[in-house]
Amino acid sequence: MKLMKIVLSKDSMKIEREQDVVPFRGRVKEYAVKIGMSLVNQTKLITAASELVRNMLKYGNGGVVLIEVISEGRDNGIRLTFSDKGPGIADIALAMKDGYSSGKSLGIGLPGTKRLVNEFDIKSTPGQGTTVSIIKWKNG
Amino acid sequence: MDRIPILRMGKFLLVTIQIDLYDRLATNLESDLVQMVNKTEAKGVLIDISALSIVDSFMGRILGNIGSMSKIMDAETVVVGMQPAVAITLIELGLELKGVHTALNVEKGMELLKEKIASDEEPPDETDEDSTE
Repeated sequence: MKLMKIVLSKDSMKIEREQDVVPFRGRVKEYAVKIGMSLVNQTKLITAASELVRNMLKYGNGGVVLIEVISEGRDNGIRLTFSDKGPGIADIALAMKDGYSSGKSLGIGLPGTKRLVNEFDIKSTPGQGTTVSIIKWKNG
Repeated sequence: MDRIPILRMGKFLLVTIQIDLYDRLATNLESDLVQMVNKTEAKGVLIDISALSIVDSFMGRILGNIGSMSKIMDAETVVVGMQPAVAITLIELGLELKGVHTALNVEKGMELLKEKIASDEEPPDETDEDSTE
């Protein structure tokens, strides 16, 4: 039987300016602590969240992040969904390649971020925006 | 505008980052430090990040920049006190923190800086000074 993901709680946060990054990280940490996530997993999740929220500010002019506590079978986790209405990504496969970056960052952005979480999903429509969703399980 | 204090101790500059930096604060620190190195002719910069709960690629780049800029100004940079969870995350993320030395804590970091400077300042004894070149 395939396990279902159940949403236990929902919260969202608007990201408009660089000053929103630190409070947003704090909010994610609160939820991660609440479900008893280990320190290493918390650090990975918050770092991944920080990378994605910066991408969203840089390329998408900000957006909204949905923060959900979810459960699947016996495991709890945090799902973060970053949605922006920016220019979108024309070639997702290229953006997911190690070492690729269109901005002046280190080029570890998306592939590096993906390595930090358990599930990573990206959808983008050029001209309409990008949605990135990540899941970090408490014991993942 | 908030600023991270930079303390001068002899030939070294000390920075203890006590809060999670937002971007502006981090870029200010970068430029303040380079100016301080220039003004005080510091030979070493020690940055304590033990209170930082995360280091993302932005923060990693700032630390790397401080290291490279200080190097050009003839000062060594050592980053100390990284939390184990932060180190694990950095490596998985693919960040190497190039251009800076690292040490476990402030004490070890100071030792490292002193060694680096001693080896820079005191070229081998007078005896072989003439023989070389």
